[in-house]
Amino acid sequence: MTARDPMAPIPAQVQKLDRENNDTFTLHVAAPGSTLPSFQPGQFDMLYLYGVGELPISVSGDPEARFSLTYTVRSVGKATNKLVTGSIGDWIGVRGPFGVGWPMDKARGQDVLLIAGGIGLAPLRPALYHMFRYRPEFGRIILAYGARSPGDMIYRNELAQWKKEPRTQILSTVDYGGLRWHGNVGVVTTLLTRVKLDPPHTIALICGPEIMMRFAAMELTTRGISKERIYVSMERNMKCAVGLCGHCQFGPYFVCRDGPVFPYTQIEPWINRHEI
Amino acid sequence: MVTQSLEAVLRNHRFLASLNPEHIQTLISCASNQRFEKGNYIAREATEADSFYLIRSGTVALQIHRPESGGLTLNTLGEGDILGWSWLVPPHRWHFDARATEAVRVVALDGRCLRTKCEQDHELGYQLLKRFSTLIEERLEAARLQLLDVYGVAAR
Repeated sequence: MTARDPMAPIPAQVQKLDRENNDTFTLHVAAPGSTLPSFQPGQFDMLYLYGVGELPISVSGDPEARFSLTYTVRSVGKATNKLVTGSIGDWIGVRGPFGVGWPMDKARGQDVLLIAGGIGLAPLRPALYHMFRYRPEFGRIILAYGARSPGDMIYRNELAQWKKEPRTQILSTVDYGGLRWHGNVGVVTTLLTRVKLDPPHTIALICGPEIMMRFAAMELTTRGISKERIYVSMERNMKCAVGLCGHCQFGPYFVCRDGPVFPYTQIEPWINRHEI
Repeated sequence: MVTQSLEAVLRNHRFLASLNPEHIQTLISCASNQRFEKGNYIAREATEADSFYLIRSGTVALQIHRPESGGLTLNTLGEGDILGWSWLVPPHRWHFDARATEAVRVVALDGRCLRTKCEQDHELGYQLLKRFSTLIEERLEAARLQLLDVYGVAAR
């Protein structure tokens, strides 16, 4: 993709659309006749809905899948709604990948603690795929996943599958369980008391609502994980995706170019500022 | 043997970290190992709160009973968590049901016994209050976040 004009979308066709929950769908796209760009876990693409608008969406599939790209999209507005109510065979434009992904090189040889909230599990899923593919290169993999309710959880079948992976702990919780739910209830940070951490050898990757990420980072430091070992994926109003338009400015950074994944130490001075 | 086992559990528990050995011994004199099978109630709402528990394994649902529909889980506690602070706060009544959602092993600490010990040894009382106030603050913060609907569109 680097040889291409980053502003020129590649035409791609929706091959499959999976419903995750009431308002969230996973779509798989392919580009017949051309090559889709490879990506690093945590990077995002700009998806162009012809005649509607363009959306920044994290790639949520396997980084080594060569013939399709996967995105998990929550319908929250006109463009996302159009995307998830489309049909198999619809054409969209894809440009990317953009931004800085998860620090998989730094995670190598370490225990990796992933904390995901809601649809924040989507940008973390490629990191999980990568680690499961190269399993011996990583220590323990621990996923703490929080959602609003059982019905709001995404990748439910995979969550069950991942529990079978060696040296892997998958924990999930919901804020409201209802009467038929027999799993955990409580905010995602409460799951961390169930995890035996090895702080000097653990890298934490966090993705979810910003409030959740702030509290998760705070909890991790309380549990002995240094801030240098914490990475968060930020979300802002990304438009150009190459650091030109300034829509996604976050303090001295552009989330599209300098993020979306940041070392926590880098953004900590800005994440608690109300004006930003 | 049982005492030794309890001592190791209490000494190594995060909640009791840095408590002096004398106070650990005092806690042991009020402690016992207990086990609850899946589905059993550890505590019932409005009954006397005469214990608190260090959960060693298993999970416990804090529930509120709704007529005609049963227990609604408000919070789940697991290994390493503390169950119950009502033993410390008058009128010493449980505010919720606590039910084992799988087989649960706990160290139970007798609240009456501990209250007496705390009256006799204010340093022990202070040490426990410090820890319980932190626990209450953590649970309050978690409850507030839970109410915020942080995953909802409006909260983003």
